[in-house]
Amino acid sequence: MKEKTTDKKGSILSPFKAVNFLFKKPRTLRYPFEPKEPALRCRGFHLNDWEKCTGCGNCADICPNEAIEMVEIPELKSKPQEGIKNERPKLDYGRCCFCGLCVDICPAGSLRLSRDYFHIHFDTNTFTFIPKDEKTDKEHFLSSGKYSILKASLTHRKENYEGFTSDLEYSLFEPQRVPMPEVAPDERKLSFIEQVIGYNKEEAKAEAFRCLECKLCEEACPAHLKISDYIKAIYEDKPDESLKKIFEDNPIPAICGRICMKHCETACSLSIQGEAVAIRWLKRFVADSIKDYKTTLELRAAKPTGKKVAVIGAGPSGLSIAYFLTLKGHKVVVFDSLPGGGGMMRIGPPIYRLPIEAIDKDVNYIASLGVEFRFNTTVGKDILFEDILKEYDAVHLGIGTTVSRSTKVKNIDKAHLALPFLQANKIAEPVKVGKEVIVIGGGNVAMDVAREAIRLQCMQYPNEEVVTKTVSLEDWDELPATEDEIEEAKAEGIQFNPGWGPKEVKVEDGRIKGLLCVKVKSVFDKQGKFSPTFYEEKQMYLDGDMIIEAIGQAPDFSFIPKKLFEKLEFTPRRKVKVDDNGMTTIPKVFAGGDIVNLNLDAVTAIADAKIATEGIHKMLSGK
Amino acid sequence: MEILTKNSNSQTGSSARELELYFGPQHLGMVGNFSITLQVEGDRILEAAANPGYLHRGFEKLMEYRTWIQNFPLVCRINVVEPDPMEMIYAMAVEKLAQLEIPERAHYIRSIYLELSRVASHLFGLWAYANMLGFDTVAQWAMYHRDLILDLFEELTGGRVYHIYIWPGGVRRDFPPGFKDKIVKTLHSIGGCVPDYDSTFFNNRLFYERANGIGQLTQEQAKQWGATGQTLRATGMKFDIRKVEPYAAYDKVDWDVPTREDGDAYSRVWVIRDEMIESVHMIFKLLDAMPEGPVYNKMPNPFKWKIPKGDAYVRVESSRGELGLYMVSNGGDKPYRVHFRTPSYPNGLIILEKLLKNASIADVGNIMISLYVVAPEIDR
Repeated sequence: MKEKTTDKKGSILSPFKAVNFLFKKPRTLRYPFEPKEPALRCRGFHLNDWEKCTGCGNCADICPNEAIEMVEIPELKSKPQEGIKNERPKLDYGRCCFCGLCVDICPAGSLRLSRDYFHIHFDTNTFTFIPKDEKTDKEHFLSSGKYSILKASLTHRKENYEGFTSDLEYSLFEPQRVPMPEVAPDERKLSFIEQVIGYNKEEAKAEAFRCLECKLCEEACPAHLKISDYIKAIYEDKPDESLKKIFEDNPIPAICGRICMKHCETACSLSIQGEAVAIRWLKRFVADSIKDYKTTLELRAAKPTGKKVAVIGAGPSGLSIAYFLTLKGHKVVVFDSLPGGGGMMRIGPPIYRLPIEAIDKDVNYIASLGVEFRFNTTVGKDILFEDILKEYDAVHLGIGTTVSRSTKVKNIDKAHLALPFLQANKIAEPVKVGKEVIVIGGGNVAMDVAREAIRLQCMQYPNEEVVTKTVSLEDWDELPATEDEIEEAKAEGIQFNPGWGPKEVKVEDGRIKGLLCVKVKSVFDKQGKFSPTFYEEKQMYLDGDMIIEAIGQAPDFSFIPKKLFEKLEFTPRRKVKVDDNGMTTIPKVFAGGDIVNLNLDAVTAIADAKIATEGIHKMLSGK
Repeated sequence: MEILTKNSNSQTGSSARELELYFGPQHLGMVGNFSITLQVEGDRILEAAANPGYLHRGFEKLMEYRTWIQNFPLVCRINVVEPDPMEMIYAMAVEKLAQLEIPERAHYIRSIYLELSRVASHLFGLWAYANMLGFDTVAQWAMYHRDLILDLFEELTGGRVYHIYIWPGGVRRDFPPGFKDKIVKTLHSIGGCVPDYDSTFFNNRLFYERANGIGQLTQEQAKQWGATGQTLRATGMKFDIRKVEPYAAYDKVDWDVPTREDGDAYSRVWVIRDEMIESVHMIFKLLDAMPEGPVYNKMPNPFKWKIPKGDAYVRVESSRGELGLYMVSNGGDKPYRVHFRTPSYPNGLIILEKLLKNASIADVGNIMISLYVVAPEIDR
């Protein structure tokens, strides 16, 4: 054997060097009298902030050991509109490996790990528990004075003892949305060009990829579209399947993909700490990317039942019910006074938000299924309501709110009303606007009016100084318009005067000179009812040569004969009263849309139509 | 220990009785759930057969049923002693298959972290070895110093043993404030004890007598039997994956591969000692060279993540040798097939059997631990 070159110097006595250490302070801790503080990132027992937790269940989905189960907590209230479920994660510490993936996937950031890690118990059932934190569980989370390490367990924990917490930078979800390409404000206000350009295929796939499939959105959507399925199909590059999924619940995706009020995105769990999945734009992507619905969907009406249904109003609720009932085999005839389908969609949303071609795409497809549309037909004038009622087996009212309300202040008769203004610009000749336009109102319609006005000003007075301003009773924080609309309007240069009420229109030589306003004290009374009060002494005068009122709309029931109308009952909020089947108090007359619901939007109209479809079908098939 | 008596072997004609001896899994000299069946004649081992399987948990199969992200907390559990290279190869394989880019700083953190893990693992090995030879004091020191490194891990990752830290795309969190100084301080305090270790163990005559010439193999044999790591380096071959096929930030700083010539247990332990010192120096260099910046490029959405069809073999230098992972994706959300090449596999199943031939019973543990056989790595 080769001789070792080194290390033979050691003496047989060298181990005894260790004896020295007998007289040194021990390095070991005398636990529990010398407790060791766990590190700040310690991955111990779970903490869950119940106030932040939405019950989305992503933690349970990602858990590699199936240690997390979502359990319903009866004391908590589900709020689907806000994306909150009354479920909370329940941990099984017989399975948990404390990897913390649940923390990194938690979109609300409510689930965290603490620095507690002691639990000793003879009862194995105590090892499964529903985590809370000191905010909601004062009993089991104790201050350092009351806490003792000797009693530490899942029911005896230290408060404010957070360990491994979520961090957006390291999260397993992507909080940022794929930016939607848009026409810049300075460019878009020169014409009615569609503002949102729309995702291309790559962008849509990337955006669809962000979805965590927790399905909170599906519960928030009034029509309960199968959102996570159709988004998944987009990601998988199957727009055909995506469209099929959408058409199960929504026959007007090109319309809804542009102007939906996106209740789903409010509920999206990603919106808590980041931006919601762009569900509406993804729907638009599907509707736009498929040229011909008919060949893709391959839907056919069922065997004719011989029953006839009249639908009054070709708006979202009318179109939807026509589609659903036709598929069930009923003959549907739709009456509308406008020259085309879409109802309020055809006249309300400006072309830069919803072009006519998009509306016609959806309407034409519904017509191709065998729905008969009678446009330019005003019920009550061209055809009598009584006759319809006699001739058809069921009637559906989806007439919407078509009459603009007025403030009725002095000289207001010189002003324009929102709906005729919007209608003219969209489907007839554009209105000649003034150089200084005042829009009264702070809702989405007022935004549409103001933004159309500034476009018309730019087109009619090129290179001249023009101004569009809005006046609304509500202050900044209570403006009813959506935040997006307000931001976009601001970007286009619209001036806002929130918190002012119109008092008098100043007229000189029969021409509008301006608007006198007074400061608003409060808009709603203590019961939350609309009843504005003013500081009469605080006044403001706005110059202007054109005033447009956009303060809300009302339905027009004048086509219903008085005798029948007396039978029609209303709710306390002045909505048509319908039963669980969508039927009004007039037999075989059903209703849906803005005259029934308080949301006043297209997707809720579709939801109403789904209810009424079931009701009508049940009635007609005699079940 | 259970002894079975066999009739004397008529072929050998020997008068001594031949015994079959079960060494482990319930045996004081055995570290880990592993067993060796020995044919002995007197004190001499005629034949040794390694008996794995006591720790089979079916990880490779299990991984086929878990999504890409769900496998990340799982892989580290394959090796209790040194979980970090497992995390590293899994992350590397996924990154290779899915073509993920890693930020520069993450490479440095990974290297520092893996070197800390190497030191901790070697100290653990030293504990086992010293303990087995009866150097209880040294064993306690090694365990204590390992614990100091575990404290560092706890601060960085939140876990002491299973860190679950290196994941596809980078690392899970950046250094906490003041962490650099803590690493330096801890390593200095461990490094300050090297003279103590040397005089009580490495340079100790007792240790030399006990380990010299034990479990000796030549470089040729080592290569033939699939040895890597210190088993191979102790035979004089400068082979280290960190040099041969640099990953993380190992090519960014200067360092050396320590070797020895004799190929016996004594050389292997000395290689381990030198390697620990080299690792500590390397960590200091990496800490100095480490750039600022992000440490994690977001992984795709775990619920929708599918990795394109393909296969990848990646390898790293673990504290026992080449640790490899072959992973196949058929385009789905889970691996199609996973196979680990672990250094303890040849060490425990091939080399150990060969080296035990003609050894004495008293050297079984000695040889086995000097090869650093880690049972969970063999079984998986």
